[in-house]
Amino acid sequence: MDLGQINPLLLLASLMVAATPILLAAIGEAVVEKSGVLNLGVEGMMITGAVVGFAIGVTTGAPSIGFVAAAVAGAALSMLFGVLVLYLKSNQVATGLGLTLFGLGLSALIGKPYEGIKAPTMAKWEIPLLSDIPVLGPIMFRHDPMVYVSLIIVALTWYVLTRTRAGLILRGVGENHNAAHALGYKVIRVRLMAIAFGGACAGMGGAYISLVRVPQWVEGMTAGAGWIALAIVVFASWRPWRVLLGAYLFGGISVLQLNLQAAGVPIPVEILAMSPYIITILVLVVISLRGNHGAPGSLGREFHATH
Amino acid sequence: MRVLKSLLATAALATGLAGAAMAEDKTKVGFIYVGPVGDGGWTYEHDQGRKAVEAAFGDKVETVYVESVSESNAEGPITQMALSGADLIFTTSFGFMDATLAVAEKFPNVKFEHATGYKQSDNVSVYSARFYEGRAVQGHIAGKMTKSNIIGYIASFPIPEVIRGINSAYIHAKKVNPDVQFKIIWAYTWFDPAKEADAAKALIEQGADVILQHTDSTAPQAAAKEAGNVITFGQASDMSDYAPFPRVSSIIDDWAPYYVARTKAVMDGTWESVSTWDGIGAGMVGIGDISDAVPADVKAEAEALRDALASGEYHAFTGPLNKQDGSAWLADGETASDYGDDGLAGMGFYVEGIEAEIPSN
Repeated sequence: MDLGQINPLLLLASLMVAATPILLAAIGEAVVEKSGVLNLGVEGMMITGAVVGFAIGVTTGAPSIGFVAAAVAGAALSMLFGVLVLYLKSNQVATGLGLTLFGLGLSALIGKPYEGIKAPTMAKWEIPLLSDIPVLGPIMFRHDPMVYVSLIIVALTWYVLTRTRAGLILRGVGENHNAAHALGYKVIRVRLMAIAFGGACAGMGGAYISLVRVPQWVEGMTAGAGWIALAIVVFASWRPWRVLLGAYLFGGISVLQLNLQAAGVPIPVEILAMSPYIITILVLVVISLRGNHGAPGSLGREFHATH
Repeated sequence: MRVLKSLLATAALATGLAGAAMAEDKTKVGFIYVGPVGDGGWTYEHDQGRKAVEAAFGDKVETVYVESVSESNAEGPITQMALSGADLIFTTSFGFMDATLAVAEKFPNVKFEHATGYKQSDNVSVYSARFYEGRAVQGHIAGKMTKSNIIGYIASFPIPEVIRGINSAYIHAKKVNPDVQFKIIWAYTWFDPAKEADAAKALIEQGADVILQHTDSTAPQAAAKEAGNVITFGQASDMSDYAPFPRVSSIIDDWAPYYVARTKAVMDGTWESVSTWDGIGAGMVGIGDISDAVPADVKAEAEALRDALASGEYHAFTGPLNKQDGSAWLADGETASDYGDDGLAGMGFYVEGIEAEIPSN
């Protein structure tokens, strides 16, 4: 064993890369669930974002355009879900699962011509001055732009949800859609917008895997990241900063355990392999022990407007 | 309009007739895959085998497949395939073993073929390839080419097939480079590009300049390419998109001849439960083109090793070899047996020199 072989700077830097896809998908889903809708199609929207982002990124040679396209594709797919559950009143769980299956199949179809193609590299942003700070600089301030974008999205989500009128309405719709409706708020419109936001975030999260983290297109490449994101939303009790903590914990420990394995620490590999799941759940549960952390009151319930 | 109508009628009649003819005695061959057919590795090659069956028998055969089947929940898809009238079903991952036997018991008239397992029955054959022969060639090239003397190995699950590969690669790397060290990461997945990429990056960050993988996607190849000074080998498939560098060679699984032969046996009514374990010699394991990134003398040695393995003149596990704990395994000149205690089929130990422990399965 030689822990000296693990470079903590590189480790922290790869932690952020490993966590970003889950973070993006989870923060989007947190907003969707806050509005009272349970969308289990995160995996499907992620993989669709991954393939569309990759295809557009390769075609245009600009990963940033790829990310925009991925967000649009994720949002478009989520609208399919939105129309089915909000207007046609289909079951949210079944429709979400269907969306995942649909996304996996659709992405395989779209992705066929893109197998084995290399992605255009995304330039890293070296934030002037800050990136020159010893130790902290290389960890925090020399990443691709999407890492910062994801952090900004978390901060904005927190601000909008807790500090603005729009956020209050969204939470109201999620807590009790009948009361919100009686007050004259457009429940369906609010939810559609939340679902679109969730789809766009999931799409970008998927594109981060295909354009930055791997980077190439491989069928089925999200390999369950969407389900991890869904779990993190629940364990983080629908709070943006805890979603961030959960995603970074999960991503961080995933990378750390691989490094520990390679360094040959005398901890059984089975325990290392399950550690990301266990530690993330434990930490989030422990910090949620105090206070009220229930799910939004109308989560997953069908809304039928009565006049 | 009338022309169109008669055309349609003729077409309908033709398809109807064709359908009737086809329904007569088409042999239906099913495949259960652990990953997607577009993984670029393991499942991709099995699907090439399926296509070869279609090409060989044309109208006389119908093939079906289910991809990305979970190893922990395979009974359902296999049963479904048997119920849909398949005559022969290939289940193509180690983890499908018990599910295949369980379903086979309920469908005695359907023939099953399980890849890389070791449990046979009256209607379940097992087949595998001696991938460890290819690993020997990789180990040789890796040992010669590493500058840091650290070789990274992305392993999947602690099963005999994977352990054989690690041992074989290590023995042959060590033979040409006594200072070589193996760093092994167990990914506990066959296919998860993001995780495979993370594992490759972790190994590279810790000094590995050769990455060997026993997982199925091309993600580690991309990670090595980004690092710039790391070589890799294609796994299961040639992965030639990454040649000549970082991918300097590959192990290619060629299932097509076996699948065609077994389908033929079902058609002829001569199918019997057998255990097949073929290597480079029989063509089930191919060594992909060794690229020019490998020095000419190393390439020549690697090719000589490949040929010696193919002809049977050299066995990849030839003594003297000790187990990791220092106890004797093979005496000087002795070669490993396939079965029995300490045989290759059930291999559950590392050879001497590897500094790591095998996770309990």
